Amino acid sequence: MEDYEIVKGARSEGRLTASDYIKALVKDFVEFHGDRLFGDDRAIIAGIGRIDGIPVTVVGIEKGKDTKERIEHNFGSAMPEGYRKALRLMKQAEKFKRPVVCFVDTAGAYCGIDAEERGQGRAIAQSLFEMSDLKTPILSIVIGEGGSGGALALSHADRIWIMEDAYFSVVSPESCANILWKTTEKADAAAKALGLTAGRLYELGLVDRVCSSEKTDDLLKEIAGEIRKLKQLPVEDLVDERYEKFRKVGY
Amino acid sequence: MLTDKRSFVEMDRDMESRNILSFPEYEDKLIAAKEKSREKEAVICGEAAIGGSRVCIFAMDGNFMMGSMGAVVGEKITRLFEYATRRGLPVIGVTVSGGARMQEGMVSLMQMSKVSAAVKRHDKAGNLYIVLLTNPTTGGVDASFAMLGDITLAEPGARVGFAGPRVIEKTLNQKLPDGFQKAERVLECGFIDEIVPRQEQKEYLERILKLHGF
Repeated sequence: MEDYEIVKGARSEGRLTASDYIKALVKDFVEFHGDRLFGDDRAIIAGIGRIDGIPVTVVGIEKGKDTKERIEHNFGSAMPEGYRKALRLMKQAEKFKRPVVCFVDTAGAYCGIDAEERGQGRAIAQSLFEMSDLKTPILSIVIGEGGSGGALALSHADRIWIMEDAYFSVVSPESCANILWKTTEKADAAAKALGLTAGRLYELGLVDRVCSSEKTDDLLKEIAGEIRKLKQLPVEDLVDERYEKFRKVGY
Repeated sequence: MLTDKRSFVEMDRDMESRNILSFPEYEDKLIAAKEKSREKEAVICGEAAIGGSRVCIFAMDGNFMMGSMGAVVGEKITRLFEYATRRGLPVIGVTVSGGARMQEGMVSLMQMSKVSAAVKRHDKAGNLYIVLLTNPTTGGVDASFAMLGDITLAEPGARVGFAGPRVIEKTLNQKLPDGFQKAERVLECGFIDEIVPRQEQKEYLERILKLHGF
């Protein structure tokens, strides 16, 4: 498939969203709300549950399924309070020694006057800053769209996985084409140049595993296995290895 | 301008970007940027003195591909923070950037993660980090090390924000209010400590450094 087709596929309706993965993989899921500072952002669903018996904290960017849900979840574009809710619950995960699993699926962090004035940049920065030192395992899985900083904010993980038909990109192919070649018609060329597919990102060493969403039982086993492995590492080593993982990107 | 005369010693000055993804036209853009800025990359890093206090300092260059951050910019700033952490030195960061450098794809986006992690280590060791935001500081730089200072200063009128104003206007289909994303407004919103005009910056930094015992 052409890279741009993958991008369009990752955006299409009818795909599994974060709540589907949570339903399929997380037993006894209990959702929690709010960032304790401003509000509750429905673009991010977060809570606790069990994966294969292991207590975990789960954070997902939810797009919603139909028009009504999509509006409720702001099409999966999070506000600063969404990232702050995620971070609040990740800090709790550290406190209670629960691994964190993030399901990432967003075209990008919400861009609007309110989002800017409540510190979208600061919220994303803080997420990266605190996740880099979180003393508990973190696994992030890009399940659909990995749209720029808004997706990166929940991907500062020990392991970054990506679905075979998902993408992760610094910029949308349309914006990229528009900036470079003054036309969105060349979005397909931009998509190719950006190297945003699961396969290409794996080749570049930027993601750790390419997954299939076809058999959730297998995915469940893979996630549980990885979390168990990460949990065995002394927490200082875990955090040091996370540092080194990002340290070597590009060098 | 911020540092004491003849005190600045540049670090990692010869690092140059490569076209990691074989991105179309990137080499030409790098050549043009080098000519325009007379620098090898979009950030200069080094050690200097300010009012006699030793500091590490980085200054981004808006003439080099709009101060965009690729692997070299991320690596140079990370090295500077690591150096400062080892020696217990403060870091002064002067930012100007359009964000991550598209031509390096996800490698550039992940520099946000890399630098933020280095800032965290510097922070945890009890070191001081002062950011001076200049016009414009946006995108991936705003959403990482520009917003992680202990003390955040800005030049008058500097644009500071995550999303570009045209993108927001297009998304919302409305005109943006006057002063939106201007440093003065961002201060009102609670994200900047002080607006400091250029001619007062050195003295301001000297005062802050002294108050921290340097």
